[in-house]
Amino acid sequence: MKIILINGSSTPLYEQIKNAVKNEILEGKLYCDEQLPSVRELSHELNVSILTVKKAYDELEKEGFITIRQGLGTFVAPISKNLHQEERQKEMEKHLIEACKIAKMIGTGRIDFLSMAEYLYGGDDDE
Amino acid sequence: MGVMTMNKIEVTNLSKNYTTFQLRDVSFTIPKGYVTGFIGKNGAGKTTTIKSILSMINYDGLITIDSMDIEKMDFHQKIGVVMDDSFLAKDWTMKDVNQAMSIGYDNWDEAEFNKYLQDFAIDKSLKVKELSRGMKIKLMLAIALAHAANLLILDEPTSGLDPAMRDEFVSLISNFMKDENNTVLFSTHITQDLEAIADYIVFIDKGKMILAKEKDEFKKYFMILKGASENLSKIDESAILGKKLSSYNCEILIKKDSLLYVPEGFAEDIVTLDRIMVLFGREV
Repeated sequence: MKIILINGSSTPLYEQIKNAVKNEILEGKLYCDEQLPSVRELSHELNVSILTVKKAYDELEKEGFITIRQGLGTFVAPISKNLHQEERQKEMEKHLIEACKIAKMIGTGRIDFLSMAEYLYGGDDDE
Repeated sequence: MGVMTMNKIEVTNLSKNYTTFQLRDVSFTIPKGYVTGFIGKNGAGKTTTIKSILSMINYDGLITIDSMDIEKMDFHQKIGVVMDDSFLAKDWTMKDVNQAMSIGYDNWDEAEFNKYLQDFAIDKSLKVKELSRGMKIKLMLAIALAHAANLLILDEPTSGLDPAMRDEFVSLISNFMKDENNTVLFSTHITQDLEAIADYIVFIDKGKMILAKEKDEFKKYFMILKGASENLSKIDESAILGKKLSSYNCEILIKKDSLLYVPEGFAEDIVTLDRIMVLFGREV
């Protein structure tokens, strides 16, 4: 598992940990039922506080990526195709919102924007 | 977090009168299973508080460990202490230290002690006075770990250590915390060491309790603004907890919820434990 933490980042450490684990799962590098390090193990390895890792794990559990089994440990949850799709869609929306903002900022109209999107979509399509 | 937290240490209305310094009604709790950073400037009362917790001085108020009054129990068996002043005789060799500790501690584990000395590269024939500051700190940690302490009380352990040694020390502490029955009270004015591993922060100033919270919440309680000194009047006096003025700008510590928005002419800076300590109570 790869977790790189940037100390001066505006993204809080717990969120960086959460995103790193989430990406490993979505990219298929962590498998369903694979055991994750304990909160205390990971906090030692990453040199962050126990509560920071706990917060990351709690949110990952809430979002359905991991299951915490009392006394047994923390495991990767079975990820449905839907969750996979949903995450990717969220990612795409984020970029689109960003693109729309920039378009409005520089005064690109709706029609120009859409035709650019259409052109790019077609151009990237290998099929 | 949904998990019930138990308190390892409870300090209630702790007061101590010296002619030049008073500790007044200090109350806080140290949750079991976590690292609590104890911060404050030099002379704020950190060491007086810690000496009280260790029953090294008389005090007014109530201090409990595992819900028991420390004046009515022999709790030292389960506590490891790392302090500036070593309680070891200067002429003792490591072998003498081992001997003395095996008499003093019921659960002394000689093999464990020797293992730590080896890990820390401390030769057994060395005398206490021959150890460097860094080695002395490691020796005290080895003693704490070899008598199965479940509570570590650290008073300025990293002052005088170089950054690499501080990093190593902090890593040893976080290794100790792999066991959820263990608790650490880490008093320091070098707050960088706490930014990483502390779960909770207790802050005292001039012998008085200022704020105790989970670390992230603690930092969110404050806001640091920078701007031109002549704009200072735009900020409500009562919101200011401390300020530092220079010819070209000013830096202000604010209680975050007392300000609805960042006033014109000011920019928000990152809040660190270090800046909080520097700015708090400062007038100029």
